[in-house]
Amino acid sequence: MTELFERIGFLQQGPFSVPRWEALFANMDLLWDGVLVTLLVASLGLVLALALGTVIGVMSASHSKVLRGLARAYVEFYQNTPLLIQVFMIFNALPILFTGMFIPVIVIGILGVGMYHGAYIAEVVRAGIQSIGRGQLEAALSQGFSYVGAMRHIIIPQAMRVVLPPLTNQAVSLIKNTSVLAVIAGGDLMYAGDAFAGRYGHYGPTYVVVGLLYFVMCFPLARLARKLELRAKEA
Amino acid sequence: MIELVGVNKHFGLHHVLKDVTLDVPSGQKLVIIGPSGSGKSTLIRCINMLERPSSGTVTVDGIEVTAHRAPIAKVRQQVAMVFQSFNLYPHKTVLENVTLAPIVVSGVSKEEATESGLRYLERVGLSEKADKYPAQLSGGQQQRVAIARALNMHPKIMLFDEPTSALDPEMIQEVLEVIIGLAQGGITMLVVTHEMGFAREAADRVIFMDDGMILEDGTPEHFFENPQNDRTKLFLSKILR
Ligand SMILES: Nc1ncnc2c1ncn2[C@@H]1O[C@H](COP(=O)(O)OP(=O)(O)O)[C@@H](O)[C@H]1O
Ligand SMILES: [Mg+2]
Repeated sequence: MTELFERIGFLQQGPFSVPRWEALFANMDLLWDGVLVTLLVASLGLVLALALGTVIGVMSASHSKVLRGLARAYVEFYQNTPLLIQVFMIFNALPILFTGMFIPVIVIGILGVGMYHGAYIAEVVRAGIQSIGRGQLEAALSQGFSYVGAMRHIIIPQAMRVVLPPLTNQAVSLIKNTSVLAVIAGGDLMYAGDAFAGRYGHYGPTYVVVGLLYFVMCFPLARLARKLELRAKEA
Repeated sequence: MIELVGVNKHFGLHHVLKDVTLDVPSGQKLVIIGPSGSGKSTLIRCINMLERPSSGTVTVDGIEVTAHRAPIAKVRQQVAMVFQSFNLYPHKTVLENVTLAPIVVSGVSKEEATESGLRYLERVGLSEKADKYPAQLSGGQQQRVAIARALNMHPKIMLFDEPTSALDPEMIQEVLEVIIGLAQGGITMLVVTHEMGFAREAADRVIFMDDGMILEDGTPEHFFENPQNDRTKLFLSKILR
């Protein structure tokens, strides 16, 4: 057996050698801490993205030109600039806006992915609302519902069926995109992996395991999206 | 009860209502007849402001709904509408369809809304369907639920926009009978329809619209026996034969 190992050179030296793997497994705590930060940023970021996406999606489906214009501007800005630059902007702008206040990097991450995916979710919500026939809104308005009340009680519950699969896909990309935090020392999984790997050059095993950990977080959601899609098709 | 003065409506370059003036007293059963595209739907949708007139005024129960910042949602609670395509809420049960707006919009208690809702469902002959979803009902049944939904707002005015036009022929009668029953009561009713038998039986007054104008206005007898306008005569000769 050992003889076999000795013959297989890449287990002895190089980026994927056994000692590197051992070093990684001895330091998994670092990665687990990163996983926790990533999950925290992703879940709070998703809450923010859903809230923003719903409000902006409703605005862009409304009749008011002003509201539609504002919503469009938001969506176009966030969809057509790199997330990385947005995060840098928040990173540099927040301390100027709130001078003297200490802003945890995690907050920047939540704002970054929340606002970015809020734009995408707004488009999902808008399409969902527009998939519901105009007669539903008219029936609700004719009964005295306000526009917001009609959205809340009549339109959005129906649109939910349509938007749940694409929303779940958004959650998947949001989790992956929390990895931009690494560039501002965010303490997330990507950063934890980078930091550890960089110290001794254990890039090979670290990136494999970090990748796997992202996969484990995302894959169940991706499956759920698929299932919801099939169910929506049946209905 | 309803007063339209000099109402015009444009959709882009299309002049759909042309200086329409109409006064509907409380309790009147008004039937609106006219060829497709003549502006009938637009006219009644100006009453609950689903369409906003380009000019002119609309007054409903003493409130000028065309005024700036008029309390339109309040007025709409008094003015129930029944649509050609029913527009029931598909994600709600029949009973929830009937009770949702009273509870959420009018602030009626759930018990009270349910009790009156069930009473109206019984009145349209559908109390045993209370827990079904709209998709499980026939078109005629859906439209009767839509009428119960309208009634459960306890409206002073009911607007019907071709309530039987989307129905299979065998279901038209069951819906018309419900509306004829309602016409015995005191609610002010405006009904756009192509059902001439209904107009004869239930209407106090018939108006005929063509090309965005009211061309004929009178009792059903006047309308069917002695129309004045040539276009009315032509229309009647086509449909009555
Ligand atoms: N939202 C709209 N946008 C543009 N044109 C419309 C709209 N609603 C109705 N129209 C036009 O106005 C005219 C009158 O429509 P309508 O009031 O629905 O007539 P009716 O109910 O008598 O068939 C039609 O020519 C129709 O195409
Ligand atoms: Mg019409």
